[in-house]
Amino acid sequence: MRNVLIASCLGSVAALAASGAVANDELIKMSQNPKDWVMPAGDYANTRYSKLNQINASNVGKLQVAWTFSTGVLRGHEGGPLIIGNMMYVHTPFPNKVYALDLSKDNQIVWRYEPKQDPNVIPVMCCDTVNRGVAYADGKIFLHQADTTLVALDAKTGKVEWTAKNGDPSKGETGTSAPLVIKDKVLVGISGGEFGVPCHVTAYDLKSGKQVWRAFSSGPDAQVMVDPEKTTELGKPIGKDSSLKTWQGDQWKIGGGCTWGWMSYDPALNMVYYGSGNPSTWNPKQRPGDNKWSMTIFARNADTGMARWVYQMTPHDEWDYDGVNEMILSDQQVNGQERKLLTHFDRNGLAYTMDRATGELLVAEKYDPKVNWTTGVDMNKSSPTYGRPKVVTQFSTEQTGEDKNTKGICPAALGTKDQQPATYSPETQLFYVPTNHVCMDYEPFKVSYTAGQPYVGATLSMYPPSGETHMGNFIAWDNKTGKIVWSNKEPFSVWSGALATAGGVVFYGTLEGYLKAVDAKTGKELYKFKTPSGIIGNVTTYENGGRQYIAVLSGVGGWAGIGLAAGLTEPTEGLGAVGGYAALSNYTALGGTLTVFALPQ
Amino acid sequence: MRRTRFVAAALFVVAIGGIAFAEGPGDPAAVKSEDGKYFDKEGNPTFKAAADGTVDWYTYSGYRRYHSECHVCHGPDGMGSTYAPALMESVKTMSYPDFLAVVASGRKNVSTAQENVMPALGDNPNVACYMDDIYIYLRARANNAVGRVRPPKKEDKPEAYTLAENSCMGRK
Repeated sequence: MRNVLIASCLGSVAALAASGAVANDELIKMSQNPKDWVMPAGDYANTRYSKLNQINASNVGKLQVAWTFSTGVLRGHEGGPLIIGNMMYVHTPFPNKVYALDLSKDNQIVWRYEPKQDPNVIPVMCCDTVNRGVAYADGKIFLHQADTTLVALDAKTGKVEWTAKNGDPSKGETGTSAPLVIKDKVLVGISGGEFGVPCHVTAYDLKSGKQVWRAFSSGPDAQVMVDPEKTTELGKPIGKDSSLKTWQGDQWKIGGGCTWGWMSYDPALNMVYYGSGNPSTWNPKQRPGDNKWSMTIFARNADTGMARWVYQMTPHDEWDYDGVNEMILSDQQVNGQERKLLTHFDRNGLAYTMDRATGELLVAEKYDPKVNWTTGVDMNKSSPTYGRPKVVTQFSTEQTGEDKNTKGICPAALGTKDQQPATYSPETQLFYVPTNHVCMDYEPFKVSYTAGQPYVGATLSMYPPSGETHMGNFIAWDNKTGKIVWSNKEPFSVWSGALATAGGVVFYGTLEGYLKAVDAKTGKELYKFKTPSGIIGNVTTYENGGRQYIAVLSGVGGWAGIGLAAGLTEPTEGLGAVGGYAALSNYTALGGTLTVFALPQ
Repeated sequence: MRRTRFVAAALFVVAIGGIAFAEGPGDPAAVKSEDGKYFDKEGNPTFKAAADGTVDWYTYSGYRRYHSECHVCHGPDGMGSTYAPALMESVKTMSYPDFLAVVASGRKNVSTAQENVMPALGDNPNVACYMDDIYIYLRARANNAVGRVRPPKKEDKPEAYTLAENSCMGRK
């Protein structure tokens, strides 16, 4: 009897492990097939790089629209479709429709899913009702709805297989991020930093939707899933109560640190990487301390959720520099040594290059020369402030104080880059980064917390840097030296995820609605086409029937649609050239459309 | 503080009951003032802008509150966003009680073409305690009394205002 039990236990453990490993291997293998685009960023490393090269620098100028698809939804369209074999999965903002299209049958709609959601979730979504896309694994499509329902759909039929509730919209918790499947788990973050939500990343069982682990950004060690001895920051153990010690009273319970960005994964190290957002409120005086672990890069064990290392980029945020932007994983030689790197372009205007195995900080440099709130990060390992940014008093909203307006801070709260993901080409070893070139005035004041109500606490006004004529740049970045290699000016913030390809071409979209192709080496513009609406979606590529396609969602909105719709300032105010400040609404209007390009046959 | 808010909420409910729609607030000229707050001939709150650019405290405070609580949907300076209306336009065709009612109780405009939902902010002291400030600021924007900038000069914060603010926000 005993033996039988042991044997059967062993058997089920083995079966579990096998099923996990199978799902994992399946995704890794699928992501290596350049014809497909099987996860939101193309691969676990978040490179958004494709080996396809039919479209290249010499022929991209001939690109044509192959087909288009209207999503039937008007709000801001972030993210991009998945492509698996002959199937394409297209998602939309609220009401979060998903369409499955058969690419072999003239893009016929095979199934559609439209959840019934309470429209009261709409106004608790901070900045438009965006959604950043679906994930695939094990024959299922995973969608994180606005109302925080995580749903698993049968990829063949669209039938709901299971649902899990990740949060409570009546408290301001919402879903905007794309899930990431690792082995036998679906990982998903949560939004609501402007509603005082205590945010977390949660892993759900792939088969059943049952919660496996949940790691908060702040609170007691057990809740943050950190080990006082084994979890390190810059090589040193973080110690007991590392988060609680950096908050006053119970503020951490409404402390934000949201997790609505992209996650990446290193299968060899078995570590998942993501960033946490701003601490709540935006008024720094109301939350003395470093507010750990908001504004932090987390490296966690994907199975257990335990943090291996952390790095807080902006201790005690005073500007709303959410740390949620993607972590791009690359293997490169640094000083003759092969390194496993993590590169991160933060909202705070600094680009960080780290060793992703150990969390060692290698490079931290400004990726927009206008960044002025800091003079840089203390890189002296023996300094007591090692790894901390040096804050310029003039631009410190904490030091200027409540009810006082701190002027001319660069970047603005939307960051030198927001969620729009960059891309990395292993051929050029350069990162191609969509950026914002906007500054701000910031006046913090006291606010009181009510569950489910906005909890902001600062007045902002945003404008282009003084004397400048443009509000965005598309740059090429060398993560080893921390230097800009080339930089293209854009009249508006570049709010679209970029794509690098083996054809030596880099693609991105603009807020006026252009899909652009530029030379990976020089940045020279090779092609542009104006899609029906402004682009805040991410560019994707795939191959079907022997042809390479480039696909992008247009549909202006998101945070970009708030400030820029009416223009940031009056064109008559003489802050610079008129062209740069003209309203985006003069260029484009709402509308969700997928536009797909190919070379003429 | 709690009581103040409940009283305010009750008033809004009454207001919703009895409104005709699309009636603008009329002539914004200030005819009287009480403790630094100005009123038009109908007795509705209004702005006061001097020739040298000095605005009343409420307009200034409304600028600040608007750009904290409202602008993430309604865009900078009351100008609208890609998905929420320009409030400097809305207040031109909306009465003062209408404005209070919509801010306090919210409003839904959901159809196949749009999904516009205004949340009920009556329970949010950061908004409810500054409803008049925000209204007065938007009325000033609607009448081009202030431009797309932070009002450069302002009247002093009235003492009565500070007392009312502290009581509404539950501060000592």
